[in-house]
Amino acid sequence: MNFSENWLRELVEIDADRDTLVRALTMAGLEVEDVTPLGECLEHVVVAQIVAAERHPQADRLQICQVDAGLGQPLQIVCGAPNARTGIKVPLAMVGAKLPNGMAIQAAKLRGVESNGMLCSAKELAIDADASGLLELPSDAPVGQPLATYLGLPDASIELSLTPNRADCLSLHGLAYDVAALFGSAVKLPAAVTVPVSSDVRRGIRLEAGKDAPRYLGRVVEGIDPSARTPLWMAERLRRAHLRPISAVVDITNYVMLELGQPMHAFDNDALHGDIVVRHSRSGETLKLLDGSDARLDEGFVLITDEQRVLAVAGVMGGHESRATETTRNVFLESAHFAPAAIMGRARKLGLHTEASHRFERGVDPELPRRALERATELLLAIAGGKAGPILVAENIADLPRPAPVALRRARLKRVLGVDVDDGEVTRIFTALGMQVTILPDGWQVIAPSSRFDIEREEDLIEEVARIFGYDNIPTLRPSGALALAVEPETRIGELALREQLAARGYHEAINLSFLPLELLTRWGFTDELVSLANPLSADLAVMQPSLLPGLIEALRHNRARQQERVRLFEVARVFAAGNPPRETPSLAIVACGNARAEQWGEPSRALDFHDLKGDLDALIAWGGEPSRWSVDATSLPAWLHPGRGARVMRDGKTVGYLGALHPQLAKALDLGADVHVMELALEPLLARRLPLARAVPRFPTVRRDIALDLPEEVRWSQVEEAVRQALGERLQELRLFDRYSGKGVEQGRKSLAMGLILQDASRTLTDDDADRCIREAVAALEQTCKAKLRG
Amino acid sequence: MDDLESRAKQALADIGNAATLDALDALRVGLLGKSGIVTAALKSLGALAPDERKARGAEVNTVKQGLADALAARKQQLEQVELDRRLASEKLDISLPGRDGERGGIHPITRALERIASIFARLGYQRADGPEIEDDWHNFEALNFPPHHPARAMHDTFYFGDGRLLRTHTSPVQIRAMAGRQPPIRIIAPGKVYRSDSDQTHSPMFHQIEGLLVDETSSMADLKGTLTEFLRAFFERDFEMMFKPTYFPFVEPGADVIIRWEQEDGSSRWLEVLGCGMVHPNVLKNVGIDPERYTGFAFGMGVERLAMLRYGVKDLRAFFENDLRFLKQFA
Repeated sequence: MNFSENWLRELVEIDADRDTLVRALTMAGLEVEDVTPLGECLEHVVVAQIVAAERHPQADRLQICQVDAGLGQPLQIVCGAPNARTGIKVPLAMVGAKLPNGMAIQAAKLRGVESNGMLCSAKELAIDADASGLLELPSDAPVGQPLATYLGLPDASIELSLTPNRADCLSLHGLAYDVAALFGSAVKLPAAVTVPVSSDVRRGIRLEAGKDAPRYLGRVVEGIDPSARTPLWMAERLRRAHLRPISAVVDITNYVMLELGQPMHAFDNDALHGDIVVRHSRSGETLKLLDGSDARLDEGFVLITDEQRVLAVAGVMGGHESRATETTRNVFLESAHFAPAAIMGRARKLGLHTEASHRFERGVDPELPRRALERATELLLAIAGGKAGPILVAENIADLPRPAPVALRRARLKRVLGVDVDDGEVTRIFTALGMQVTILPDGWQVIAPSSRFDIEREEDLIEEVARIFGYDNIPTLRPSGALALAVEPETRIGELALREQLAARGYHEAINLSFLPLELLTRWGFTDELVSLANPLSADLAVMQPSLLPGLIEALRHNRARQQERVRLFEVARVFAAGNPPRETPSLAIVACGNARAEQWGEPSRALDFHDLKGDLDALIAWGGEPSRWSVDATSLPAWLHPGRGARVMRDGKTVGYLGALHPQLAKALDLGADVHVMELALEPLLARRLPLARAVPRFPTVRRDIALDLPEEVRWSQVEEAVRQALGERLQELRLFDRYSGKGVEQGRKSLAMGLILQDASRTLTDDDADRCIREAVAALEQTCKAKLRG
Repeated sequence: MDDLESRAKQALADIGNAATLDALDALRVGLLGKSGIVTAALKSLGALAPDERKARGAEVNTVKQGLADALAARKQQLEQVELDRRLASEKLDISLPGRDGERGGIHPITRALERIASIFARLGYQRADGPEIEDDWHNFEALNFPPHHPARAMHDTFYFGDGRLLRTHTSPVQIRAMAGRQPPIRIIAPGKVYRSDSDQTHSPMFHQIEGLLVDETSSMADLKGTLTEFLRAFFERDFEMMFKPTYFPFVEPGADVIIRWEQEDGSSRWLEVLGCGMVHPNVLKNVGIDPERYTGFAFGMGVERLAMLRYGVKDLRAFFENDLRFLKQFA
């Protein structure tokens, strides 16, 4: 909400300058978002009247004006504004004035004609943004009066960013109470008025929306002057509240809303048929709104209707057909109370946000409708004349919210805030905020004004005390509660440690948005169990990631497109799958491309391959201390993996992820080469770690024997390993593969593997004979299971 | 006799002049070798009379010892020269880069998040977690946001077809952590949160850290103390700091913490860095904790905001572009 600072100062004593006021408001929870100073530097700017205007002989766009500034003699002023014409009253910056934009006014010759001042637009005077022409002042503006005096300047438009609990401060009166409490002063609000009734025009009102609309007041004012104009003072206050003046009737209702907080509506009484009926909407109902849009109402709205049609959406916006227009002579003023729950979300549902809905959904004082109606009538009669009919009332008192007494215990106040607040100060704060206070032996009992919808319980009162007392005055202490020592399982690797490990292996951590485009997922072949947003920001951000790889590969591509040939990225985040509830699985993904090693001087370069990534996997697995629980398999690979260069990773025989080269077709589609390798694993299995259980270090030395085998190409290393292990059992300490060769010297379709067998016996030193026997057993097993031949 | 003495004298000079180990060895052979002059002198002793032999033997041995010492000393000298020469020839360009020295790095968001969590861990806060796809109860209702309440409008929410939503803050973890537990409770809950808002200063996904303390004695003063110390610990410096009243449905009284942040040009401005407040009694009731017996405070902070301030990141979007030229600055 924006408001005029001067207006507020009229309603409450503020013994402080603007900066202090602004800070005090913010520090009381009424955050000042912006302050726009208005009408500064208006010395030597006066109200003036153009008494004659003629075209400048040398310039089509300029006029030579004779201007009465109350000096006895008219001043000659050359003016280029399109609306400059005889008779109008406008601001005149006289010689010696220095305008807010820095322009100093001097006597000058414009195209040879003398000019003794400048006629000004609102923008030039920093009163408003309007720069389309001269600011036209009302015809009754006193010529010669300083403009600042006439317009009530300087002033400031202060913008408050109010939290939803403080609807009471969406009016100048409401704000005045908080300011009074903050500055220890008192409000100076004008008393409620009662306008004498001078006609007997009535209209029936029926309430049929139960507790959603418990009070509806109306009044017919007949015979107003449709040509009446909004007085300048009111227009200025509206403008400074960022409300555009529209017409006298509408401006008056807006003004009363700003002043008191009651949103009102003015109908053209001649456009109404029969009784006003306040009821719930029905399926299929529509209404053309004030702003010209068509609203589909369906169920869930409270409507203002007459006996023929829908007139308005209660608490949101009036209808186009029944609105008061520039020709309206008889108006029907509405001043009602709607329950917040009946208005909440309704404007949003219609794609609207109005001054009325903003207030009603936060809560408007239920006791305000009569006072507001009287005030609006008073202003209407004064500005546009007319005869006021009786106030028409329909209400269900039982359905109106009634402020209940709330108790605050002194001890609780101290406990929650951690500070003693003086009793007298607490009482003063409540009183200044317009509350009725009763002192109890152990505290206070308070009845909040009906404008406050946020005082229901003790904590609400504690907050009131705290914010007026000042958060700054609450001490800064350390919590004193007992501390329980948290037990961290040693059998779990920390996520940060895992990330550090990957960083140490050359990977940079990436963080992607969790949403992906469906199209990209389809390309990867992720089509099942997708979790899609109902209201995504765009199609590119529509599906929750079922895997981290598509996003990570996009990041890799982003870098490739920026001269980064060698990319190493990883991400730890959740992946999502449909279910009830949807499944969220923390996942680790790695992508890599480019050479195996960073470019360097000492060794030949080599493209990254499957086993580089497998080395990363092995390192992660080794950390957990139980590599034997892990295995890889080349079957049942996902479509995005190269079928010959991909692996399924298992722990205890259960699939936990995949690694390998990207499928060439997918890589091609993504404009990537064969060097791109990826890995994705469920995070949890990687974080599991064995608690070490020490065994005695073997007392006897090991013996090493190297052998080279000739095997069919399709025999996998894991089969060789398994055969040797089976054959040698515990005597095999370690099996090290140190060469793999195929080509010249090895039969087509076969390969040579050279390996070292590290042998050991727990009970004695192995002799050469023992070792030879082991080798014979191993080779025999390999010949049998792997079609191996010992190479010479 | 004088002959040996004078030749030995000459030999000592030769030894001193020997330029190589080979030359030195040749000298040694000529002096002490099988047919060397000293050996010959020793051999010739046998022809002398016993008493003369003894005296002469002592003299020859003295000469021999002198020569052997000289040879050894010169050998050591020459070896040292040789070693020096070899070492000089083995000199490397030590400025060449080492092998495989490249490392990756942790994302600045993770880095800031872990720093925050570890500060609170030292104060006894345990990590807690919850789902990112939440239900309305945990994200809103249990936190005292009634349906359609305007406070919900401050959370632009992503929904799924079944009414579930992406959590808009980490506060639902409060509800999950408290449910079925009794105080004292100290938790810290970092994680991703989502709002349907995207522009220069808003990302539809970002990170928050939620903190919660519930016990029999906690007060607003304790909250102020905790967060004041936290900010000092995180930024390793003192600030002007203010607690400004504000409204979150799940706390009361509620506050924004603002700090006076010095900018590069020397000017300063007030920045909101945290939201906090005393846990609303309705929230405690919703999870079965007696609000009469226990009070608590909660706080929440945006990790991106803190990381931007801490590491001088100007553009929020840089965090999620994953450009290596950005990421490598945090390695």
